[in-house]
This record gives sequence, structure tokens and C-alpha cells, in this order.
Amino acid sequence: MSLTLPPRPRLGYDGVVAAVPVTIPYVRYSTHSAHWWLGRALAELIRGAGLAKSDVDGVCVSSFTLGPDTAVGLMQHLGMSPRWLDHIPMGGASGVVALRRAARAVQAGDAEIVACIAGDTNHVDSFRNTVSQFSRFAQDAVYPYGAGGPNASFALLTDHYMHQYGATREDFGKLCVAQRDNALKNPHALMKKPLTLAQYLEARPITDPIHLFDCVMPCAGAEGYLVMTEERARALKLPMVRIRSTIERHNAFPEDPIQFRGGWAMDRDALYEHAGVAPADVDFVETYDDYPVINMLQFEDLGFCAKGEGPTFVREHRFTIDGSFPFNTSGGQLSVGQAGAAGGYLGLVQALRQLTGRAGDTQVQGARIGLVSGFGMINYDRGLCSGAAVLERGDVR
Amino acid sequence: MTEPLAKPKKKNPVQRTRLATLPPGPRSRAALGLTRAAAEGVFELQVCADCNAVQYPPREVCGSCLSERLDWKPVDNHGELIATTTLRHSNDLYFRERLPWRVGTVKMNAGPSVVAHVHEDCSEPGEGDVRVRLALKLDRSGQAVLHALPEKDTPNMNDSPQLRESTCDPEFRRVLVTDGKSAVGMGVAKAMLEAGASTVFLCDSSTWKTVPAFDALVASDERIQAVELDVTDTDSVDRLAASIGGKVDILVNTAAHMRDGGIVGRKDINLARDAMEVNVLGLMRLAQAFGPGMSFRAADGTNNAVAWVNVLSIHAFAALPERGAWSASIAAALSASQTLRAELRGAGVRVMNVFPGPIDEEWEQLTPPPKLAPSAVAKAIVKGLQEGLEDVYVGDIAEELRARLRENRKAVERELGDSVGN
Amino acid sequence: MTNPIPNPILSQFLAELLSGRLKLVDLTQTLTPEFPIIQLPPEFGQPWPFRIEEISRYDERGPAWYWNNFSMSEHTGTHFDAPIHWVSGKDLPDNAVDSLPIEHCIAAACVIDVSQEAAANPDFLLTIEHVKAWEDKHGSIPERSWVLLRTDWSKRTTPKEYLNMAADGAHSPGPDAEVVPWLIRERKVHGFGTESIGTDAGQAHHLNPPYPCHYYMHGNSRYGLQCLTNLDQLPAQGAVIFAAPLKIRNGSGSPLRVLALTPAQ
Repeated sequence: MSLTLPPRPRLGYDGVVAAVPVTIPYVRYSTHSAHWWLGRALAELIRGAGLAKSDVDGVCVSSFTLGPDTAVGLMQHLGMSPRWLDHIPMGGASGVVALRRAARAVQAGDAEIVACIAGDTNHVDSFRNTVSQFSRFAQDAVYPYGAGGPNASFALLTDHYMHQYGATREDFGKLCVAQRDNALKNPHALMKKPLTLAQYLEARPITDPIHLFDCVMPCAGAEGYLVMTEERARALKLPMVRIRSTIERHNAFPEDPIQFRGGWAMDRDALYEHAGVAPADVDFVETYDDYPVINMLQFEDLGFCAKGEGPTFVREHRFTIDGSFPFNTSGGQLSVGQAGAAGGYLGLVQALRQLTGRAGDTQVQGARIGLVSGFGMINYDRGLCSGAAVLERGDVR
Repeated sequence: MTEPLAKPKKKNPVQRTRLATLPPGPRSRAALGLTRAAAEGVFELQVCADCNAVQYPPREVCGSCLSERLDWKPVDNHGELIATTTLRHSNDLYFRERLPWRVGTVKMNAGPSVVAHVHEDCSEPGEGDVRVRLALKLDRSGQAVLHALPEKDTPNMNDSPQLRESTCDPEFRRVLVTDGKSAVGMGVAKAMLEAGASTVFLCDSSTWKTVPAFDALVASDERIQAVELDVTDTDSVDRLAASIGGKVDILVNTAAHMRDGGIVGRKDINLARDAMEVNVLGLMRLAQAFGPGMSFRAADGTNNAVAWVNVLSIHAFAALPERGAWSASIAAALSASQTLRAELRGAGVRVMNVFPGPIDEEWEQLTPPPKLAPSAVAKAIVKGLQEGLEDVYVGDIAEELRARLRENRKAVERELGDSVGN
Repeated sequence: MTNPIPNPILSQFLAELLSGRLKLVDLTQTLTPEFPIIQLPPEFGQPWPFRIEEISRYDERGPAWYWNNFSMSEHTGTHFDAPIHWVSGKDLPDNAVDSLPIEHCIAAACVIDVSQEAAANPDFLLTIEHVKAWEDKHGSIPERSWVLLRTDWSKRTTPKEYLNMAADGAHSPGPDAEVVPWLIRERKVHGFGTESIGTDAGQAHHLNPPYPCHYYMHGNSRYGLQCLTNLDQLPAQGAVIFAAPLKIRNGSGSPLRVLALTPAQ
């Protein structure tokens, strides 16, 4: 029996903005701990906003390599005394989810300025350690099967998607090549060399059908942004970004025998309705791109094309910054690198740059509305967390 | 189709022996339910007692209705292979040495989707019959893994290298039978030869005694080598290990001492001590002499050291007071085998315990039927090795006693004691 | 300090021994786990074979010393049988290894060589006639002498040859049922010794009484020695045997070192 009450309208995010996108430049391997990377991100936020450390009264943290500490231990480490603290272990969905949490805290007055930070270190053996102890279900039911980590799990999804919907390696390659093209304009990107489709196709197999350039490169890095009232942002003279709407969903469609769609498919109508925009209104899209197949899932599930039409959609568009569908304009994780949980912030921080006119050579001209989506935590056989945010330039109203 | 296994070449004596590595072993406690099932060769998953939902991976509460009543039950092990991948890279040492490695996703008829090792004879999705059957088997870490196998047997399917990593197939392996003059020992030798063992070292603990069946067996097949071994003699055990310890891939401990007699009524502990000498201390002597060498050779090619078999008795779990001292020795042997299992697990050498009911041999003359033919025990041992089991219960009596123990241990204690207590 | 006046007999004995005019012959088999033990029907109690476990060998179990534990029955290896060993001697005085008169540990020995007969017939039984024929050649058996039966059985090195088991049991030589009481009554012998696993023949359970050597010898406070070796190094007459069993309380016998003193040839 379920209670039947009329659906409640969702509140908007009026009066709350995001600002000050920061990136601590990535490195392949770091001898520092996660605390260093997170601390540097917080320092950059404070410096960038012209704040005192004590002005930040809310903190939201995401990290895989902070253990044994949590956000709490980090606060003592950094000498912070926030009145609002959150720790979001949602991997690739962390950026969007942190924004949602922080925005509501600011809107409700529980915090004035929330620093959202994500960062991870990468020692030579960090990735293996993270993967081998990622989750209970992974430990019990995935890792013992070849210990392929996310490569193997996404290889299975990719294999199924290719059989089911006719995607080809060339389709995935087109996305990877476009993202590399974008990355060459992003000074933070670790990948500095151009990538051709031929190089993509000839790369060595990792776990069929995943080949080398389908995989992100684990690295160390940190990302961050601030959430505050519009009024305070104006007072600080900070370029700002408005939040039109956000969604999140966890463990969507558990009955699907294998993942071919994510939680966005459940929530996208609510997203666009709440945001008051349609997919066609979006000027650029930043997705979570741990593997190219996940990009295709997001094109479909976020309403840019119908389910199964991802391959056709890819063939019909150009995904470079100046293309017909500006996409992953930083180069995405596939070309920037995957700095652990910071990878879950990459798209959001890049979107904030685009919408505050700070995107430099990666700037999409006239970008007004951006769509950011997150995807995270392949706990067993599929990614469980999905999220998305529709963002708008703050100076246009 | 799987290539039939080729007879391994003689080892290159100056090549470094590959050391044993293990696949990832950590599991949650709930997942050890799979290990329990795999150890016995049954296919069981958690089934919700309230809503019948089949759970996978193993859970603490039902993923459907949140009931905590999750029972391990046999479930339909069939399904469809819906995705596969072949790993050509792994972060894990064990798998790196065994690449390429094929895994896939199977949608089970029973409900869940599972990630499984996929047999090479299974068709790719979209390229043939995608129906598969799943088997729970122990991997070299001793933990359960799922194998997706072709729905129907294919030629040489047990020779697939991936599947062989979960089994202890005697094919092309060298087997030591520690008492070759017992009926069970001779049966094991024959069954091993039939299963394709390349050598059977058949031990003779009483060279002074002529046993025509033993002599005939030794003469019947050039793969049999008669060797001397008395498990009560440390020196003898050490001598044999020094001589052939580096060639033993499967050790089957058939050495046994069984005599009638309780505890109170006997005037001495000599019988008990004799039983302990063979059944317990013999096992320990063998472990000390052969365990290190087998551990060292646990990844040594096709004919690597894989298994240690103890032929115990179902009375390891419940004493038969008419044979009180013997029962105590078998229970102690079971205990020793558990330590041995823990100690050999680091190398991936499996310890398989065999629990027969009464066997039709001289010391069970007065035991009423049903009694197991020694050859039936031998067949169960070979089958257990081929399937990669850890605990093998042989015969109806063993199964029945096990069921009775599950129902009421105390009742079994009383019932088995009736014949001497009244 | 003055030297005590040495006993002339002992000092002469030592001098003879050191000069080599007297020879010591070791009649003892080495104790090894492989050395066979008597095989009884398996439902009977069984004697333990010799077993040895290292305690330490200059290692972590004992850094500067080497030693072993061993176990065996009273009747393992070269061993001595006391009268209490057999039911016929169970009530005799001083019938156990700890109570027998210690002077009984030293006695002369007559060695009757039947090695050729035993080679031809493993079931060879010594008879009164054989003994008399031996006496004709070597003189009569002195009172309180061991009678040692040389069969060369000790040269059978594998357990299979030594036990010589067939489907009807062991086949090894020994005395017949008449000669034993005759030796006791007529020659007042000290005991009977063999190279094989028992003082009785392998098939002696078929004699009347069964195991006559055990039955009569122990029933008359006489002793047994078995699993002897090197009897071929002794003269037919003239050797002295030193055979002192371990002092086990109420022991029925014991493994021991059997030494023979003989004049050098």
C-alpha cells in the first residue's frame, strides 16, 4: 500500500549560484596524499574568491584515497570549523550531487559559503588498491573474475551495447578523437598529442572490445567550486552560474539484466521541465566519460536521441568545441586524465568555466545553457549513481 | 572447441619454477555461502523465504523485500550469456600470468545477472546458442567462483585451461597413493589410471606381505610405480619425499587404521595409539614431508601440484562408540586436515576430504549393508578432483548421517551410542 | 694416594681384551624403523616397531644438541625374553627383566650351525638328534649355557626375506617340541637364542605344545634371545655372552645390546 498524495512541486534554486571553478593541475603520479590535493583546492577557492578561510562555513568533500580519514578528519587537517559538512562517495556523480546538496544548504541558510572539493592522489599502486577494495559486491562477485577492474565491467556493457544497437568501434573512436581535439586546447589535459581515428582503431586491446584509447588514465588531481547566494557572489564581484535544475538517481532499473541505460532515463523529463529548457536549448554538454559507451548512453538517456540511436547520433554530429554538438570541451577524462573523485567534478568545473567565460581556448562561443551529467560507482555490474544539472550563465538575467 | 590437453613435456630442469600466485581471495561472510556450496559441488544461491527472490551477489537482507530470511537453496543454474569480454590485461598477478581470460555476463533463468568465467566453448552472444549452465567452483584461492559452461558437454571441455584452474583433474598428473595395498588404495590407483593420470606411485607399507591383487595391479600398467612407504615411520616418509616429492601432483592419503573397540572397556590405549599413529600422525608426517614441495610446485605448468586428498569417514563428525578410539582418530584427522587446508591454501593446493560411509572391506565385515564398494569410493575421489571439490560425502549412509546431524546432533550422539550403552 | 691392588682376574681380562687375544663380537642388529617385527593376526594387540623422532639437531629446537625420541615394544629388534613373557612362566619367582638375578646376564654360549639346513628348508626344526650330533663333534653342552641356533637368517636383509611370509604364515627355523625340554632337563641350558624373529620356528603354532621354546624355556625360568646376528663369528663352544636387558619394572623382555667374548681365532 502506498500513500496517494499529489506530487509536490520542486523548489527552484533561486538566489543560489556556483562560482570560482578551480583545478589543481593533474599529474600522472603523485607522492602527496589526498589531503594535499584537497587542501590545495580549498586554498585556490579561497584565494580565487578573495575570502578569509573562516568565511567558508560549509564544506563538501569527495575522495577515494583520503582513507582512513573522512571529511571530518580532513577538517582538522585543514584547520577548518565548518557548520555544515558533507562527504559524498559517489565517484563520477559527485560533482552534480555536491552541487545539489550545497545549493540547498545555502538556500536554507544552513551555510553561507560552501566549498565543494574533490581530489585524489595517485601512487603507483593506488589504482590497483582502489579497484581491489572498491565495494563488497565487486569484491565478492566481480574482482575475482580476472581482476580487470572497470575495464572489464565496461567491456561487458560495451559488448552488449554493440550487439544490441550496432555501435561500432569507429563510433566510439569518433568521440575519443573529438575529445582529444578539445583537450589539445586545455592546458590542464595530460594528453598532449593529437589522436587520429586510425591510431584509435589500431591501439592494443585491453579487454575486448575495450582498447587502449577507450580507457581513461588514472592520475592525481583536484577540482573545486564554491556555492553561495547570488547576493554574496555579487558582493564579491564573482562571475556566477545559476542552477536551473538538477537530478540524481541511484540503482535505477535494477531489473535490467545488463546496463544499457542509466538513471537519467527515469528523471530527464523532470529535469527539463524543472529547468524550463529543452535538449535543443543546450549549448554544450559535459558528460561523465569513463568509457565512450557511457557517452552514448547519456546522449540517449538525456534526450538528445532515442534509445539505440546513439550510434547514428554520433555519426551525424561533430563533437569538437566548434562542432555541431560541443561536447566534453575540456577533453573529458579520456584526454585530461581521471583524477579519482575529481573526475566526477571535471565536467561541472568545466561547465562553470564555460558559463563564466573563463574557458580560454576551450570556450564555446555564446554558451548560455550547459548540461552536465555525472555517472558513478560501478558497485557490481553497472554504474549506480547518475545525476545531471542544467546550468545557466549568471549575468544574463 | 577445446583442444585436448597435450601430455606435458618433461620439465626443463634449469628453468625457474613458476611460483604460485592466487586469484583475489577476500570475500564477505555472506559470499562464503557460495564457497560452502562450491566446496560440496552443489549450485545454491540465497533465496528469500518471504518473497522467493533469488539473490546475487550474496546479501544480508533481501534486495527485493528486505526480509532477513535468506536461505541457501538449490536454484536453476541455467541462463543466457548476454555479454562477454576477453581480458588481455589485468592488475592481478595471477590473472596476468594466465591471459587472455574470458568473462561474461549471464542472465540467469532464476533472475539475477551474474558475472562469470566463460568457457571457451560457449558461443559469443549474437553468434550462436547463448544458453549456458552455471557451475559454482572453487578457484585457486579456495573461494567460490561462477563458471559459465556450454549447456551441453562438449568434447574435451574439462581440458580448457580456465576451467582447469578450478579443478584438480588427474589427467596427465602424477598421483601418490599412500597405502596401495588396501582395497580403497588399489581402487584409487585404477580409477586414477582410467582418468588419465600419467603416473601412480603406489605405496607399499608391508613389503613383507604378499598381496596378489597388489602385485597384479602393479604389473598391469607401466604407469604404476610401486614405492615403499610406512606413514608411521618418519624416516620412511622423508625418504619417499626426498625421492619423488617433486613429482607428486595429487596425494591421496588412503593409509588407514581401523579396529573395533570402545574406550572404557579396553585395558590399554595401544589400539588408540596405533590408530592415531596412522590416521593422525601419519597425515602430519606426510604433510611435513610432501606439503612444502607441493606448495612450491603449485603453479608448475600443466601437471602442477593441485590436490591433497584425505580419505576419512563420515564418523569424523560423529563418533561410532563401537570404534571409539578409531572415531577419535578420524575426528583428529579431520581437524588436522583443516589446518593443512589453511596451510596449503596460500599456494592454491586444494585439500579434499572424503567422507565415506562404511566400505565393504575386511574391518567392516559385521557392518550391515549398504556398504560402499572400494571402487565406488575411488570413483567419488576422481570425480571430486575432476569437479574441484573440497568435501566429498560418499554413499547413502554418509549422506543420511549428515542429514541427521544437521537436524539434531544430540540425537545422533544418542543413537550411535545405543549399541554400546544398553 | 696409592693405587688399590687390582684384582688379577679382571686385570688379566682387560689385558687380554686390549691385546686382541680376546675379541668382542656384537650380536646386535641395528635398531631401524624398517627392521621387521613379529606379525600376529591383525585383530590381536601388536608390538610397536622401532620409531624415532628427532627432538633437535643443533637447530631452533635445540641449538647446541642433537637427540631423538624413540618408541618400540619390549620385543623389537635384537631382544631378550624373560620368563614372565609366556603364560607358562607367569608365576615364577624373579621372572621379569628387573628382578632376574643379574649374574644371569653373563653366560657361556654353544653355537649350533644349521645354516645349510635352514637354507635348504626354511621350516627346519632342530631335534635332539641334531644336538647330539653337534655334541659328538664339539663336546657336550655345559650346564648354564646359552644354546644359539645359527641359521644365517640375519643375512636376509629385506623384511620380506626375513619374515618369509606365505599365505599360511611365516616360515623360519627353530627347535622342535622335544628338543627344548630335553635341553632344559638333560643339559640345564641357560636359554635359547636365534637369528630369526622368535626363538620358535615360524610355523611353531602347529607344534605341540604351540611355541614350545617359549612354553618350556620360560616355564622353567630360562631365557630367550632373538634377532641375533654375527653368530657366524662365534666358535661352536667357548664364547661368553653378555646380555643385560633394560631394567623395566615387571618388563617381559627388552631390546638390548648383546656382546660376545671369544678367543681370537
